[in-house]
Amino acid sequence: MKKIIAMLCLAVAGHSAAYSQLYMTRTGFIGFYSKTSFEDIKAENNQVYAVIDAGKKNIAFAVLLKGFVFTKELMQEHFNENYVESDKYPKATFSGAYTGDVQLSRDGVYPVRVRGNLTLHNVTRTIEEQATLEVKGSKLLGKAEFNIKPEDFQISIPSVVRDKIAKEVTVHVQIDCSITK
Amino acid sequence: MRIQTLLYGFILFSIPQLVRAQDNDLLNKLNDSMSVNDQKSYVTGTFKATHIINMQTVEGPAKGAMIFLIQHRFGTLNSGSYNFFGLDNATLRLGFDYGICDRLTVGVGRSSYLKTYDGYLKYKLLRQTDGSGSVPVTMSVLGAINYYTLNIPAEPYVNGMYRASYATQLLIARKFNRNLSLQIAPTWLHYNLTPDSKDKNEVFGLGMGGRMKVTRRSSIDAEYDYLPSGQIVTNKVSNSFSLGWDIETGGHVFQLVLSNSQSMVESQYFGQTTGKWGNGDIYFGFNLSRTFDLKKKNEKKGNP
Repeated sequence: MKKIIAMLCLAVAGHSAAYSQLYMTRTGFIGFYSKTSFEDIKAENNQVYAVIDAGKKNIAFAVLLKGFVFTKELMQEHFNENYVESDKYPKATFSGAYTGDVQLSRDGVYPVRVRGNLTLHNVTRTIEEQATLEVKGSKLLGKAEFNIKPEDFQISIPSVVRDKIAKEVTVHVQIDCSITK
Repeated sequence: MRIQTLLYGFILFSIPQLVRAQDNDLLNKLNDSMSVNDQKSYVTGTFKATHIINMQTVEGPAKGAMIFLIQHRFGTLNSGSYNFFGLDNATLRLGFDYGICDRLTVGVGRSSYLKTYDGYLKYKLLRQTDGSGSVPVTMSVLGAINYYTLNIPAEPYVNGMYRASYATQLLIARKFNRNLSLQIAPTWLHYNLTPDSKDKNEVFGLGMGGRMKVTRRSSIDAEYDYLPSGQIVTNKVSNSFSLGWDIETGGHVFQLVLSNSQSMVESQYFGQTTGKWGNGDIYFGFNLSRTFDLKKKNEKKGNP
């Protein structure tokens, strides 16, 4: 019997680090911003799905492109119809892992490095960016800001409007994840 | 005892492995969660412009946006080299559409043909949605007044009352896929004055039209406005048939047009089209629309 208990202890100790500890949200925020001398473009989405596995340091995002709200309705239509083709490719997703010491038992802001695959417009590219994770009680808040190039995702922009869309679009991400059972 | 211990050990070690395999792909978890919470969404961009060619589409400007529309028709192609195949002559309609809200449009226009003013309200009753069990069509109702102001010295009694006509259309459109959209429009026209007492004051017709995208930003359009015979008898009225080619760039939509109708307002292209395609009475022209955003500028500066 002692042996069994010993085994049990060993098993728990050996695997506790690998146990899943999931934090999730369905109301995350992603916004993207393009600035040129001709036009400023702003689009925001508050229905971002995100999940962080704090045990294994994995992270994933999924967002419906149709949910991005632009200040100009016509831009929104063009974004969906002509650029990201959301009828064909409705979602953008990210799945990856992060490195950095995040102490779940202690509230605080921890810098992390996130690396993974971003899929948009049916093109997958690996990105690696700086981000922060904040532990706040039973919540895990993530924040990141990075740039992507539309051309990297085979989003073609006609030459007549090329000057109105920034070469690099700034993306802001903010997620407030709550612990799940 | 030893075997038992090994067994326990094996089970204990394998549980976390199973757990790990299950949630290995966090993304699948999200995708599942997303499809469970799937929401219906409105179909957008059934048509690029507010007119297929002459007939209005179900679309209108968004709230606070204004569309400036120039519709231009040269003379008929069969008018000979003396008239440079129609290019010496032109009729023009200038129009402004404004979105009071996303569903309600108010529009005004002025055509050089018979010096006609027109005004209308268009309301989106239904919006097509995605997915099963959803709304299959977008439906708008259009109420328009057309009023011509051309001086007719020989008929001085034709006063304001006689110059007005009204059009009511139910515009029903469906975007079948990303390329094909079709529209039908049961139409009721009322003329305050007809050329002859044998002509009906209440005239019914059916507009039909559609667009087929050929590239992401251009499409071929066709429109046929069917007027059942026996309603207008003094003029030889033909059904209006038009072909167009749309090119969209940013806030502009440019349409090249061929039509046997010279006018661009409902009561005239339906009830006063006398040209025939077979005779070469074809008007070449274009529609050019430009969208302006009249919403407060400071909204745009909210970004970080």
